[in-house]
Order: sequence, then structure tokens, then C-alpha cells
Amino acid sequence: MSDNGVLVEVRDLVKHFPVRQGLLQRQVGAVRAVDGVSFDVMRGETLGLVGESGCGKSTTARLLLRLMEPTGGSVKFEGEEIAHIKGGRLKEMRRGMQMIFQDPYSSLNPRKTVGTIIGEPFTIHGLAKGEGERKRAVRDLMDRVGLNPEHYNRYPHEFSGGQRQRIGVARALALRPKVIVADEPVSALDVSIQAQILNLLRELQREMGITLIFIAHDLSVVRHMCDRIAVMYLGRIVELATNEQLYCHPRMPYTGALMSAVPVPQPRLAAAKKRQVLAGDVPSPANPPPACPFHTRCWKAQEICRQETPPLEPKDGGNIAACHFPLTDAEVLERVPTARTA
Amino acid sequence: MAAPLLEVEDLRVHFETEDGLVKAVDGISYTVDRGETLGIVGESGSGKSVSSLTVMGLTRARNARISGTVRFGGKELLGASDEDMRKVRGDDIAMIFQDPLSSLHPFYKVGNQIVEAIQSHRDVSKAQAYDRAVEMLGLVGIPEPRRRADSYPHEFSGGMRQRAMIAMALANDPKLLIADEPTTALDVTVQAQILELIERLQREFDTAVVVITHDLGVVAEMADEIAVMYAGRIVEQGPADTIFNAPEHPYTWGLLSSIPRMDAPRGDELVPIPGRPPSLIHLPGGCSFHPRCPFVRDAHRRVEPRLDPVDGNSRHKVACLLDSGTRKRLWEELQAGVKPGDARRDVIGIGRPDADQPSQDAGLDAPRR
Repeated sequence: MSDNGVLVEVRDLVKHFPVRQGLLQRQVGAVRAVDGVSFDVMRGETLGLVGESGCGKSTTARLLLRLMEPTGGSVKFEGEEIAHIKGGRLKEMRRGMQMIFQDPYSSLNPRKTVGTIIGEPFTIHGLAKGEGERKRAVRDLMDRVGLNPEHYNRYPHEFSGGQRQRIGVARALALRPKVIVADEPVSALDVSIQAQILNLLRELQREMGITLIFIAHDLSVVRHMCDRIAVMYLGRIVELATNEQLYCHPRMPYTGALMSAVPVPQPRLAAAKKRQVLAGDVPSPANPPPACPFHTRCWKAQEICRQETPPLEPKDGGNIAACHFPLTDAEVLERVPTARTA
Repeated sequence: MAAPLLEVEDLRVHFETEDGLVKAVDGISYTVDRGETLGIVGESGSGKSVSSLTVMGLTRARNARISGTVRFGGKELLGASDEDMRKVRGDDIAMIFQDPLSSLHPFYKVGNQIVEAIQSHRDVSKAQAYDRAVEMLGLVGIPEPRRRADSYPHEFSGGMRQRAMIAMALANDPKLLIADEPTTALDVTVQAQILELIERLQREFDTAVVVITHDLGVVAEMADEIAVMYAGRIVEQGPADTIFNAPEHPYTWGLLSSIPRMDAPRGDELVPIPGRPPSLIHLPGGCSFHPRCPFVRDAHRRVEPRLDPVDGNSRHKVACLLDSGTRKRLWEELQAGVKPGDARRDVIGIGRPDADQPSQDAGLDAPRR
């Protein structure tokens, strides 16, 4: 057992999806969805994974929960290697790790009542003895997440999007897990409902001491929720820092560009700040650029960025970043609205 | 002063359904001038998309009951023949949608689709139209436009499809561009590219833009004027700076306080709007926001507010039964971090009246302090 506060330890995690072609379905390449990712998740913290579509954040989450097999690397949960365990031990491990999904419509079985959906984890793990006890536990959970326990026998379609997301949260809480992975939990919801769910997650985490891995593309939501944040690009972590450090002193130009691109709800600031527009699209993860993966879109890139992969190392301010030419404070201040709030 | 480019007056779009009459849009009015950008913000079901589809003559369901006026360049569009509408659509008025795949035909090459859009409005040869299509693709920033014009939509990335759709929409130099959630499906770096592109094209061609979105950041960056919609009506309308810095409708306050902000220190807790949007069949009586409003008074359940100008600022209109002085004080308190319930007590001087218990101040008397 590790007692240095590390709950999940991820090292050199890799997931490649083979690309097959032709009559014999020979493998002609691989989509490098996750390409050597290492990080620790500390007990009780909220760790954010951010990046654009295709950066590998959701695949990383699924690997942590062993919803898919990694191609390589290791994931340790409470010191135990889980990358290749099977059967009973895998089931036991999953009691401690649960997931909340993005789409509250497709992640709930439409033919089952809410009571059955939330109570299913008890059945699967043989926890609640008898119908009565299970029902009581489910009603407690419903009450806990702000659903009316009297709606126990209703079906998912009778609930609004926000309420369905609460059902998903209740189901994830049922086994009192140590870690919850929330994959874009609010991006399908209207703004006024988003705030309700975000507040609920924070409140539950405070009260139950749950560790949260929070995956999102919305940088303002991530800032609100997370203690530490890893920025991903093309299957790799390109910057990792505490909330304060990342939002006030980002070092990696990609992080800076992401932050400058977020439209701010303040016309005066919107007019004043520099919008760093990146050229082109994210390259294909089946054929990532050599050396620094960001060099094709980076406005600071020089010859060395095309030749040598920058190591992920501590930069000035304590951020860990993979970059040959980190941002200067002046560049940050010009582009990143949060830097002005420090 | 010249007449505005687009004038929408008392537009209503109701749908007859088995469950009852759905009042999707219930009497909205706005104008857009040349070169100006109007932002329409609201949550799902607020009627923001239906109202714009109706302006384009695209609300064609048989159960739709449409009334009001939509004048474009002084010409009435509601009730115009299909033939006349086809002439306007894609020529003087163009529209871009959230999902570019649904507006690009999967079987035809991108260049040819733009050619068709041009030739249906302009008497030009296929070759001329094709050159124009390539020119437009280059203008919206698609690399190697002549080669890419020969591609199918599925060969484009999401951002490139959105660009291709914008190229098609702008191919005939429209006077008005309606953009319905133009960047919602896109990543933030691509969103920045598209916003930059729309702004640039607008500067160059003096196009008027109506942008419809749920994203307060997007309207703050794009719009000159903003209309906030709730349950089929405009509840607040005014210059962008006023809407963000001196809003007077409790719903606008709710929207602004429920989003985490990049332009402020990291806050502890968001202040969500309680409850959820009402059914458009059974709208609450009186002010339709009253069940969710922290500042509701008894009379607000019976009296319907009108969208009236705020004293001293004829461009800023608010549909709220509280008087403007009270609203300004409430906003000040909320800005200072006071919770809505406490702000109510401070400014209005009473706790929240219960639904079944008539409160003592039924009238709209001056607030007590």
C-alpha cells in the first residue's frame, strides 16, 4: 500500500488502435489514441484532463477503469497493478472506481425504472440483503443527489436532462467508490442546469471525500472544478500544473492558445484580449507529427521543435510542460484572461 | 434614418399538437441594421431557433400557426410565395447551422454544391460559378481550395465543413447572415478560427449577422445588440455592454451567475437558476419566469410584464414587473456577492412569498428599505 497520498498511479500508458486494410486485414498502422501518459491522482483531489476532441482524454479515462485493455504501461490503484487483472479481482477493483457519462440519455437503460438502475450496483456486487434494504439504500441515494425518492418507480424518459444526470451520479455513488471518473458530465446540459450539477459534484466530493477525475473540453468549467489539471494533445500530456499555476502562468503555447480561444462573457475584455488563433486542425493521431506534436500549429516553433521531442519537465513556476520555448509572462498576460485575475 | 434591414414585429409561432398549443415563439420584435450583429441568447426551448427559421420561411409544418410581420429591406416575407422565398433564401439572406453535415449533401462534391447555390441565383456559366466557389473556399481559409473543391463532405474535418458551409452561405454576398449555434459542435481552437472568419467577412462585406447561441461568451465576443429569450419571448434586450454590465432581468442575472468565468477570480460556488424551463404548452401565469425567480412577488403570478424601455435608455428594454430602481439595487448586491435570497431581503424587504399564502404586498409599491 502506498501511503504517500497517491491513489492512482499511471505510468507510460499506451493505447493504440490498429488500422487494418485489404483482403487479409493486415495491420497497416495504428491510431495512437494514448501515447505514453504518466500521472498520479492524489487522494481526495480533483484532477482535470482537458484537451480537444481526439486528444485521448476519454480513452485515458476508460483505461483507468479498465473498460478497455491498454496496449502498454501500468495503472496502479492503491498500489495494486490493474492493467491486466481479470474476473473476480477486476470486479472487486471496480467497486472502488465508478464513472459518470456525458450523455444522460444513452447512459440509462430506457426499459428499467430509476430504482432498478440506481440499485443495480448493489445486485451486481451482492451487497444489499433483500428487497427492502436495497430500496431504502436507493431512496437515500436519490434524496442525496436531489431527486424525489417517490419517483423510484419512474422511467428515465420521465426525467429532464439535468435530473437524468443526477440519476447517473446516484448510480456512481451507490458503492461508495474511492474514485469517480466524470467524462464531460455537464456538456450536454443547459447553462442553468450545468451549475446545479457542478455544485452537486463539489458538494458530494467535500462530504464523502471522493477523488474525482474530471474530463472536459470547457476550460472555464475545468478551472471551476479541478485542483490540478493535465492538458492533453495528440495522446500525450503536454502540460500538468495546479489550477492556479495553469490558469495564471501557463507555459505551453498550446495551453495559452486554448485559454485565449475561450470566449469570455464580458464584451470589454473580449475587445481587449488577443485571440490566439491556431492555424489548421489537430493532426491525425494515426500519423502524428514527429518531435513536438504541436509544432505544426505553434507560432513559436523553431527548427529544434521539428527535430527533438521536448521532455515533460518542470518549468519556471512549477508547471510540468513539454516545450522548448515556453510562454513568457508578457505573452500570457496578453492572451489569457485568467492571468489578469491573479 | 433609413429603415432597418430586417424588421421583425410581434412574431408568433404556435404549433397545434395533440397535447395542446405549443407557444414556441410568442410575440417577439427586433430589428437588425446593415453591418450590425444581433445576438439571440437562450436555453433549449426558448424559441431562439424557431424564430429565425420562421424568418427564413423554413417553418413549414402543417400545424404551425404563424402571425406578425417580418420585413426585409421593406418587403414583407411572412406569407410570401414559396417561389419568392426561394429567391431571397441563399441570396439576400443566408443561414448557417450548428451541424454542417446536415446542410451539405453527402453524395455531391463540395465545390459542386457551392456552384449549385450560385447558379440558382445568378445567371453565370458553370465554369464561372466554379471559379467563384474556389475563390470562396480560399477566402474562408481552406488550404488548396481548387483541390479541396473536388472533395466530398466526409473528407473534410468538422472545422473545414463549417468553413465550407460558410463559403456556400456567403457565395452570393448576402445582406444578412443568420448563424444558428455556428460553433457549438466545434473545439475551442476551431471555434476561434470560425468566429474570426465571420468577423472578418462581416467587416469586408458589411453583412448583417444574427447569431443564435446558448453561449454567453460567443455573444459577448460577436454581438453589438443582444436579445435574451425565455419561454418564447424576449425578456431583455439592449447593447451588449449593457446586457453584460448592467442587466436588469433576473433571468439574465441567473444566466450570468450560473457560468464559471474565466474573467474573474475562481469562485467557490456557482449560483444556479432553480428549477427548469417551463412547458411551452402550460406557461405559468403572469410573468412566465416567476416560478424560478428569486425576486417574485405575488402580483407577478397574475400580471404579464411588457418589454418596456428602461428610464433614460430607450435602447435597453426589460420585461420585468419590478421597477428599474429596485432592479438596479438588486444587481448591485448580486455583483457584490450577496446571495439572491439575501439580496431580496435587503432590497425588497420581505422573504419569498409562498405560493399558497398571499403576501401582504400584492401591489407593485415602492420597495421598503
